[in-house]
Amino acid sequence: MEHIVSAKNLSKSYTKGLYALDNISLQVDEGKVLVVMGPSGSGKSTLIRTFNGLEAFDAGELNILGIRIDASHDERRIRQIRKRVGMVFQQFNLFPHLSILENIVLAPVQVQKRLQTEAEEHAMYLLAQMGIATHANKYPSQLSGGEQQRVAIARALALKPELLLFDEPTSALDPERVNEVLDVMRNLAKQGMTMIVVTHEVGFAKEVGDQVLFLDSGKVIETSTPNVFFSNARHERSRKFLNQIENK
Amino acid sequence: MSKKLTYQIVVLFLLAILLSILINNLSINLSRSGLQLSFSWLLRPASFALAENPLPYSPSDTYAWALFMGWLNSLKVILSSLILATFIGVFIGIVRTVGNSVLGFLAAIYITLIRQTPLLLQLMFWYFVAFLGLKDSIFMPIKGMISISNKGIEFLGLSLSSEFSALLFGLSVFTGAYIAEVVRGGILSVSRGQWEAFRSLGFSEINGLFKIIIPQALPAIIPGLTSQYLNLAKNSTLAIAVGYSDIYAINDTVINQTGRTIESFIILLSSFFLLNLLISNLMEVINKITLNSKKI
Repeated sequence: MEHIVSAKNLSKSYTKGLYALDNISLQVDEGKVLVVMGPSGSGKSTLIRTFNGLEAFDAGELNILGIRIDASHDERRIRQIRKRVGMVFQQFNLFPHLSILENIVLAPVQVQKRLQTEAEEHAMYLLAQMGIATHANKYPSQLSGGEQQRVAIARALALKPELLLFDEPTSALDPERVNEVLDVMRNLAKQGMTMIVVTHEVGFAKEVGDQVLFLDSGKVIETSTPNVFFSNARHERSRKFLNQIENK
Repeated sequence: MSKKLTYQIVVLFLLAILLSILINNLSINLSRSGLQLSFSWLLRPASFALAENPLPYSPSDTYAWALFMGWLNSLKVILSSLILATFIGVFIGIVRTVGNSVLGFLAAIYITLIRQTPLLLQLMFWYFVAFLGLKDSIFMPIKGMISISNKGIEFLGLSLSSEFSALLFGLSVFTGAYIAEVVRGGILSVSRGQWEAFRSLGFSEINGLFKIIIPQALPAIIPGLTSQYLNLAKNSTLAIAVGYSDIYAINDTVINQTGRTIESFIILLSSFFLLNLLISNLMEVINKITLNSKKI
């Protein structure tokens, strides 16, 4: 069976000799959750952003849902990918000038040319699933961080994506708001959504992750199951990192 | 009595003194030259011809009517330049911000060139070089639809004099460069995250720009745009340099013939004041609408 995501020898450097991504290869299969961890500046965000073309790379190749892209950063193929891959950002990035419902409906109607009424019905269904249906006509600034992030997830889901990318989805939230977002993500994983999640949430990674990929200075240090990674990490660098986030 | 109130009363008092000195000066000077402030001359025949008149006009019509023609001519060139400048400015501003490197570079050259040279010089260029420099041999890009010659522009039966055309292009190209910078500043005020959000949802760059970025940039663009519109209206008085009969040029002729300098300038100032008040109030309404539709 074909992988949903397959990266081969991805490399990217901003300044000569300093790699943001250093020869990274990985695979994600359908219905699996890959958790990406690593210290800040290790290239986690850069990596996940290459998967929908927000970030170009210098060498190697990517195969996302059967669409192949390489260093030439072909805009047409990237848009094909973006129509089938959802992304959730650390800073939510909701459109502040649109209501919650409009935020969710805009892309299905404009990009996928779906009917307004059908898109709205779907949006209301998603909002109900997120437990925020009553906020449909409010504006993003009227919602809490946790609610905004759930709207962002609904917005990504509205395009019926085959893969969801999460770039530190809970890092900008108040601690007591983290779980309402993680719960939504747990449910998505249970429903069989293929996900790649950059996060520092150890509990979530243990519970939901199928694989943990640990990055440092743009290199994959190790890829293990959560069981192995959190109790018996194979590399010294991984153990050091885990010690630090546990002592936090 | 509070200190603040005392201070305000003192300022008000000083202003009143200044104003009475000015008015006193005016009346002394007027009586010295044997003149009284009067507007009855406005109804006497102007007895000079106009190069352009949007409504029927002959030299036997009154000064008031002649001035009104000038006002209409001003309005005509201001409104059309305003529209053209907005199109140029928005286009260049977008190209400069998100265009590819060649287009962006060309846009930057245009903006630099226009902003570093005086408007008067540019108007002279448009009139004497761009339009009068053309031969009678007519330049016709699409036969019958548009023709450009030293007599001006003919476009689908609409004929524009070379004076009007020079002023239109001069003002629009000049103001367009400033509007482009206002637009660029507005676009850059929207966070990078908004670009990434619409891209990740599969929007094209152009669609995302107009649906997501520009609406959020408007509150930052409109105040700057208003200043540029007001500047354009005031700069239109440079029409006199290319011989276009706007309100200022006609006012000049009127002063020469009647010697009614003060009255003429009162008319001139108040007509510009009213026009610009109209523009800025209109923009204020537009600003309120865009702010209300945006719940940030």
